[in-house]
Amino acid sequence: MSVTAENKPLVELKGVEKEFSKQGDSKKVLSGIDFDIRQGEVVSILGQSGCGKSTLLNLIGGFDRPTGGELFFDGKQVTKPSRRAIMLFQYYALLPWRTVLKNVELALEPEGLSKEESRERAIRYIKLVGLEKSMDQFPSELSGGMQQRVAIARALSIRPELILMDEPFAALDTFNRYYLQDELLRIQQQEGTNIILVTHDIDEAVYLSDRVFIMDANPGTVRKKITVKLPKPRDRAHSDFQYYRKWILDEFNFSYTQDQLDFNI
Amino acid sequence: MQMKYLSTAFYVTAAFVLVITVWQLVIFIGDYPEALLPSPLMVFYGIITLIQDGTLFEHVRVSLFRFFTGYLSAVVVAIALGLVLGRMTKLWRVFEPIVQVLRPVAPVAWSPFIVLWFGIGNMPAIVIIFIAAFFPVLLSTVSAVKKIDKTYLKLAQNLEIKEMSLLYKIIFPAAFPFIANGLHIAVGTAWIFLVAGEMIGAQSGLGYLIVDSRNALDLDLVLAGIIFIGVLGLLLDKAVGLFEKWVGKQWGVQSN
Repeated sequence: MSVTAENKPLVELKGVEKEFSKQGDSKKVLSGIDFDIRQGEVVSILGQSGCGKSTLLNLIGGFDRPTGGELFFDGKQVTKPSRRAIMLFQYYALLPWRTVLKNVELALEPEGLSKEESRERAIRYIKLVGLEKSMDQFPSELSGGMQQRVAIARALSIRPELILMDEPFAALDTFNRYYLQDELLRIQQQEGTNIILVTHDIDEAVYLSDRVFIMDANPGTVRKKITVKLPKPRDRAHSDFQYYRKWILDEFNFSYTQDQLDFNI
Repeated sequence: MQMKYLSTAFYVTAAFVLVITVWQLVIFIGDYPEALLPSPLMVFYGIITLIQDGTLFEHVRVSLFRFFTGYLSAVVVAIALGLVLGRMTKLWRVFEPIVQVLRPVAPVAWSPFIVLWFGIGNMPAIVIIFIAAFFPVLLSTVSAVKKIDKTYLKLAQNLEIKEMSLLYKIIFPAAFPFIANGLHIAVGTAWIFLVAGEMIGAQSGLGYLIVDSRNALDLDLVLAGIIFIGVLGLLLDKAVGLFEKWVGKQWGVQSN
C-alpha cells in the first residue's frame, strides 16, 4: 500500500444529515455524522434497528443524497451509485431467472470484456466462494448461505474498492453465519477490499472489523468509534474478544441505565 | 398422476353425456322442428361432412392464422410500449386516461373504420383481434413494471447497467411472470372477438362459417361452428396455461 493511499481516506463524511419528509412532516434520521474510512479497513456500523444505519449505508453507496453536509468517495462528492462501491443487499438481490454463473456474468457486462474473459473472471470468483459445483444452478435451488456467497462473488468480480453490506448474514443460522464470516475475512485479506458493514450483531462487528462505530437513534448519530486492536483471524472465545464485546455491550447498557435513572428520581 | 388423468377424463365424459342428454330431452319434450333446434345427431353429421369435405380444416387454418397474426403483433407492440410506459411515470399519467377510455370499447365497434382503412379479407379480423389483445397485455405490462422489486433497480444502478440492457435483461424478465398473466387473459378476449372479426367482410374462417351457414339456414352447421370455436378456445387457453406454468418454473416464482 502506498503512502499517499494510506493518507487519503477512501470515504469521508462531514456533518452528514438526512431528513425524510412525509406529507409535510419531516423527520431527521441522521444528524452530524463525521467519519473517515481509511484504505484497507473493515468498519462495522452497529446500532439498534431504526437508528438510521441502513440509511447511512445508502448515502455512502450513492443510492440517496444527504440533506446536509458532505460525503466524499476517493476525494469526489458522491452523487450516484458506482461500480467502485458495491452494495450487498439483505436479501441478496440475485436474479432468479439466471443461473449462478449468469448472475455473476451480468455484473461484468459493463466492463466490455470478451465473452471468454468475462466467463473466466466469473468462474474465478465463483470458485473463490466455493460454489464451482453450483455454477449452473438457479438461486432458488440454493440455500440462503449459498445465495449470499453468490452475491459476494458477484460483488467481488467487479473488483470494487469498497463493499457495503447491509446486515449481510442476518437471515442465516449461526453456523452458516460463522462460516461465511470466516470466508469473508479470508477473501477480504486476499483481495484487499474495504468493507463497511451495517449490523446489529455485536459479535459479528467485533469479529470482522478494524473499527466499530456505535450509533444512537432519533436522530441517528455516531456516538462512539471503537478500534478493535486484535489480530485476525480472531478467537471468538478469547478473553480479549470478550473484552471488546463487553465494552460494546456496556456502551448500549449505559444508555439503558440512563433511561432507568429518570424513573428512579 | 395416472389417477388424476383418469378422473379428469371421467368428469369430462360425464359433462359431455349430460349436455347431449339435456339437449336431446329438450327436443323430445318440446318437439321443436329441426329448423329451430337441430338434434345432436344432425350436428354430429354436420361435423362429419365438414371434416370429410375438408372445409373445416380450411376454416380452422385461416382462423388460427388470423388469430396468431393479430394476437402476436398485439403482444409485441403492447409489451414494448408497456415496458417504456411503465418506466416513464409521467408519460404513463398522460397515456393512462386515453387507454382507460379506449379499453372498454368493444373492438367490433371500430368495424366501420376498420373496413374503410384496412379493406376486407384477413385484415378486419386481424385488426379486431389486435385491439382485443392489446389492452390487457399493455395494462398488465405497465403494472408489472411498476411492481418490480426496487432492489433489482438499485442493483442495476449499482452495476451501472445501461438503460437498454436494464430493460431487456432485468425489467422484462422480472416483470414477465405478471406479463404472462396478461397474455393469458388476452388469449381469451382475443379468441372471443375472432368470430365477430370474421363476420365483417371475411370469406373464410370459423366466424364466416357461422354467418354463411345461418344465411343458408343450416343451423346444424352453425352449432358445429360454435362447438369448434369453443373447443379450440379451450385448447388455446390450456396451451397458454402450460406456457405460464413453464415460465413460473423457469423463473423460480412458483414452487410446482
